[in-house]
Amino acid sequence: MLNKKIFSCRGTRDRSEWRAFILVIFLLLALGGIALSLSVGALSISLNEIITAIFSDTPGANRQVIWNIRLPRTLVGALVGVNLSLAGAILQGVMKNPLADPHIIGVSSGAGLAGVSIMVLFPHKEYLVTPFAFFGAMLAAIFIYILAWKGGIRPVRIILAGVAVSAFLNSAISALLVFYSDRVHGALMWMVGGLSARSWPHLDIILPYTIIGGILAILGARRLNILNLGDEIARGLGLNVEVSRIALTAVAALMAASAVSVVGLLGFVGLIVPHAARLLVGSDYRYLLPASALLGVAVVTLSDTLARVAFAPIEIPVGIIMAFVGAPFFLYLLRRDA
Amino acid sequence: MSIMKAEALSVNFDDKMVLEDLSLAIEEGKIISILGPNGSGKSTLLNVLSRNIKPNKGIVYLDGQNLAQLSGKRLAQQMAVLPQSPQAPSDLTVRDLVEFGRFPHQSWWRGKSEQDEVCVSWALTQTGLTQMADRVVSTLSGGERQRVWIAMALAQKPEILLLDEPTTYLDICHQLEIMELLAAFNHEHKLTVVMVLHDINHAARYSDYVAVLQQGQIFAAGKPADVITEHTLREVFRVESEISFDSSGKPMVMIRGLTSINRRSRG
Repeated sequence: MLNKKIFSCRGTRDRSEWRAFILVIFLLLALGGIALSLSVGALSISLNEIITAIFSDTPGANRQVIWNIRLPRTLVGALVGVNLSLAGAILQGVMKNPLADPHIIGVSSGAGLAGVSIMVLFPHKEYLVTPFAFFGAMLAAIFIYILAWKGGIRPVRIILAGVAVSAFLNSAISALLVFYSDRVHGALMWMVGGLSARSWPHLDIILPYTIIGGILAILGARRLNILNLGDEIARGLGLNVEVSRIALTAVAALMAASAVSVVGLLGFVGLIVPHAARLLVGSDYRYLLPASALLGVAVVTLSDTLARVAFAPIEIPVGIIMAFVGAPFFLYLLRRDA
Repeated sequence: MSIMKAEALSVNFDDKMVLEDLSLAIEEGKIISILGPNGSGKSTLLNVLSRNIKPNKGIVYLDGQNLAQLSGKRLAQQMAVLPQSPQAPSDLTVRDLVEFGRFPHQSWWRGKSEQDEVCVSWALTQTGLTQMADRVVSTLSGGERQRVWIAMALAQKPEILLLDEPTTYLDICHQLEIMELLAAFNHEHKLTVVMVLHDINHAARYSDYVAVLQQGQIFAAGKPADVITEHTLREVFRVESEISFDSSGKPMVMIRGLTSINRRSRG
């Protein structure tokens, strides 16, 4: 493991310095991503102009573009990055499984089926996509939990139930897309996940979940550390394993559901960002959670910037860019280890 | 005085009886070993005593309180549990792991206290790990790693320590090291130790009391010299043995072979 290389020959002080260093780098990346996303586009705006446009009500194109288009879109992207990364980090800890992510607990397939149903069956009621996707995500997550319950929750059962339920829901999505192939385009864009035309109302939807979920996640960090020692040790240390697991999964489900209901089924972030963060700061959740959140902001905002400018004026869904650039980078991190 | 009491415990997994109407009293400040062949229910018994498994029938009392009614934290302040071959994330240091032992003494809003620091460094010193405190657990040998887990349990400052085969996978020297460490703790700090053991000679040498399980029931319980006999070994473990006594009167078992019944049934 890379962690070993990083930590084994250093003392505790070096290690905390290293973690602090990585957190600062991630913070700078996140801020840089936000700044870049605000400044780059069809209209190039300098940092000074951005600040003026945000904080003073001067009429003009800059103010219009920043305030009405780029700022809300960037902030939605940032919060989506936080929500999906934290959800993934929490689920990987709760399930003790490196492949756990918001897909595993049915959030994506539940939101997917609900969202796609609205889009192809009631295309004139598109405003219903977000609330329906949110409820679809939560319903699927709850359903998987009920299926996996048998005198307690075992992570393996959740994962298996999640795979089965997701496969079922995804087949329904595919069926819808086949029957209504003339209306597929919008649904397809949404299923890949994108930030195009996301604005203030979307931010209002995600923000409460980011704040409350973020606080609960940080409060749960020590519990996640304890859960990672295995159920028996965790019980021996006085942790209520079942309650902690359900509560933390619920937090992850809410955060992920609010994110995917707004921007569509952005995969990748929830799976890869926590891993990349773990490779660099280690598995202590007190550092891993903030690191994942910051890296999530950086990845989504930078990818969205790239998505807007790479083939301008055509915009690519951010989900495609993220997987395209991020997956090789993740493989690089893994290989560097070996 | 008994610190822990199990009354009429029964456990069944589906329709298989694992423990049947088992009662056991554990005296404060003593070392108690649970022996028995594979499948005799000894790990299950330890799991019930540590509240990892809820018994189908029966009650366990700790300090006179019903174990089932204690809160997790309250229980963890009194009792530490070390399961068989626990696993830790690969990048934790010795100190990280030992600090987890303070979890039951901490609360949502309060992090590490001075008391926690004192307990952690005390546990590190007692287990001889102070020098390695900043090393990553995955770089340690099996024996050192087991000492780290014991240090974590000690940092809990429990009155009673439960261990499931603490010496499995260790070489003979490290096995003795762990046993000596537990004996020293028991002696100096009056820590009650309950452990499941495979090695009958270790049990004989280090325990004040021994309970031998057979098919979910106690076959014999008492002082090692009274319990560990040729008769017990033949009936429970199906081996022929010769038992001698060391200078302190502790039994030493020398296994001579399988019992004739056993040999016939295999043939």
